[in-house]
Amino acid sequence: MGQIKLESVTKSFGPVEVIPPLDLTIEDGEFTVFVGPSGCGKSTLLRLIAGLEDITSGKISIDGQDATHVPPAKRGLAMVFQSYALYPHMSVRKNIAFPMKMAGVPVDEQNRRIESAAAALNLTDYLDRRPGQLSGGQRQRVAIGRAIVREPGAFLFDEPLSNLDAALRVGMRLEISELHKRLKTTMIYVTHDQVEAMTMADKIVVLQAGVIEQVGSPLELYRAPRNVFVAGFIGSPKMNLLTGPEAAKHNAHTIGTRPEHIAISQTEGTWSGTIGVSEHLGSDTFFHVKCDAFEDPLTVRAGGEVALKYGDKVFLTPDLTQLHRFDAQGLRIA
Amino acid sequence: MATQHSRSAARIMMAPAVILLLGWMLVPLLMTLWFSFKKYLPLRGGDLGWVGFDNYVRFISSSSFWPSVQATLIIVGGVLAITIIFGVLLAILLNQPMWGQGVVRILVIAPFFVMPTVSALVWKNMFMDPVNGLFAHLWKFFGAEPISWLSEASLQSIILIVSWQWLPFATLILLTAIQSLDSEQLEAAEMDGASPLSRFGHITLPHLSRAITVVLLIQTIFLLSIFAEIFVTTQGAFGTKTLTYLIYQRVLESQNVGLGSAGGVYAIILANIVAIFLMRIVGKNLDA
Ligand SMILES: Nc1ncnc2c1ncn2[C@@H]1O[C@H](COP(=O)(O)OP(=O)(O)OP(=O)(O)O)[C@@H](O)[C@H]1O
Ligand SMILES: [Mg+2]
Repeated sequence: MGQIKLESVTKSFGPVEVIPPLDLTIEDGEFTVFVGPSGCGKSTLLRLIAGLEDITSGKISIDGQDATHVPPAKRGLAMVFQSYALYPHMSVRKNIAFPMKMAGVPVDEQNRRIESAAAALNLTDYLDRRPGQLSGGQRQRVAIGRAIVREPGAFLFDEPLSNLDAALRVGMRLEISELHKRLKTTMIYVTHDQVEAMTMADKIVVLQAGVIEQVGSPLELYRAPRNVFVAGFIGSPKMNLLTGPEAAKHNAHTIGTRPEHIAISQTEGTWSGTIGVSEHLGSDTFFHVKCDAFEDPLTVRAGGEVALKYGDKVFLTPDLTQLHRFDAQGLRIA
Repeated sequence: MATQHSRSAARIMMAPAVILLLGWMLVPLLMTLWFSFKKYLPLRGGDLGWVGFDNYVRFISSSSFWPSVQATLIIVGGVLAITIIFGVLLAILLNQPMWGQGVVRILVIAPFFVMPTVSALVWKNMFMDPVNGLFAHLWKFFGAEPISWLSEASLQSIILIVSWQWLPFATLILLTAIQSLDSEQLEAAEMDGASPLSRFGHITLPHLSRAITVVLLIQTIFLLSIFAEIFVTTQGAFGTKTLTYLIYQRVLESQNVGLGSAGGVYAIILANIVAIFLMRIVGKNLDA
């Protein structure tokens, strides 16, 4: 219940091709995250799956059935919008009941599902309020509640947390992950926040300009990014990508090394440099080190209590087992 | 305006406007009340002294009074129904992306800029004339007997003319309201399995309720006092004599200012009854 397959799907708005031919299979029960920079076509792709936009060519099938021309309501998918799209003139209860009312679910069954969704989402006390009288996080939960009660084949989320503050975002992230563990329903989740992608996904789909750059589990993407774009996009802080003679020493056009894979020392190392800005997070410290060998400063992770300060001379040593090498086309060299 | 000081400053600054407005309203109102208790016939002896409630009794016991109230309410109700129903439909239509949208919108709004007298004359002579009117030609084309609209279907004709004038206003207000509807709400409803009709009923119409209320209240105020359309078409004949027109006849045709003033007070009372009635029904839509 919830396998979604796209076969050479394309989408153009007038003359502009936003999604070039694209193939993707989302397995039943998987938590898939679409991630990519703004404007890369994540929302468009999600709306194509939902049926809110017509695809220009190609084929979408859901559970093996051709769904290319099936209207949105009949696809058995539920969507949570970025703006929540709650119905402002209806109470929370009516909002949640709306899809069931449209589907002709009997009233006592409606009430049973509303009660259980409200209990799961901590909404029981708010059922008689209007959306305008709720906080952002509560509205978000109502939108999720409205999606749950339909018992859909898959959930589609379009940046559902982007309107929330940082603390609430972490909380809702956990709640959605838990929901997925409990319901075991397919979920497709769009975000431009790679931290959300890394923490929630079973499978990450990295998009750039409508093209899938890589598909894989969070750790696969972290360990073996297929190209420079994915290398730079996944991981926080960003991987250091270095070109020039130092890269040539490793027979590559570009080498990449993550901040957590560089050792910092005051006495000896491969590259010498000067400490610029340092960011103290308590558990970790990130130093921006200007090295003589490279134009751009390198980001380096060190422990929380390292006593180095602005202007100190340091030496950096990359962990060679964790070095990523890329050719002139930006593709990974195995 | 939080502090004591700024509040009293605000009061002083607003005072001239408030006093002017009060005077503007109070002077005519008080004069109407004043005359309504007098026998005042400008061409037949002028001010003939106080008569108590005589004018009120005579105005209400005249055989034209209740029919005129009825005609007023039918015209107001008919025009409101037509402008709101077609206003909503037109607003939805104009909100669709289409070729020449800008021009079409201006054309739809155009009737509002035509003066009531002019539009009523145009309707009377060019459309409804039983010999030369367009409708007459249309009827003849299909082999039917032309209708003399203004005498045979007089109330309907007046309602048609006034609706034509006020439809743009309703459409304009409803169009701006419809444009502020979040398209994601409609998409959410679509995914929730709502048909186009139930999307209209459950999402669009509730969203429009406040705008509809505004249209209803504003139009009622203006429609209760329509005059020009009746004056240039039927002159109050064929059952189109509204309360406003009756008052006009009493004051200017019968030259009886006292009687007319009493009618004016009844008109105020009628307007208030209608207003209270409307606010009871739709007023809650205006609360945020
Ligand atoms: N209705 C439309 N008409 C024309 N172009 C559109 C339309 N909708 C989206 N686009 C274009 O398609 C591209 C992808 O848009 P999309 O909304 O899918 O981006 P996104 O990845 O969701 O970005 P964000 O993270 O900012 O939400 C953009 O370049 C956008 O300009
Ligand atoms: Mg988007």
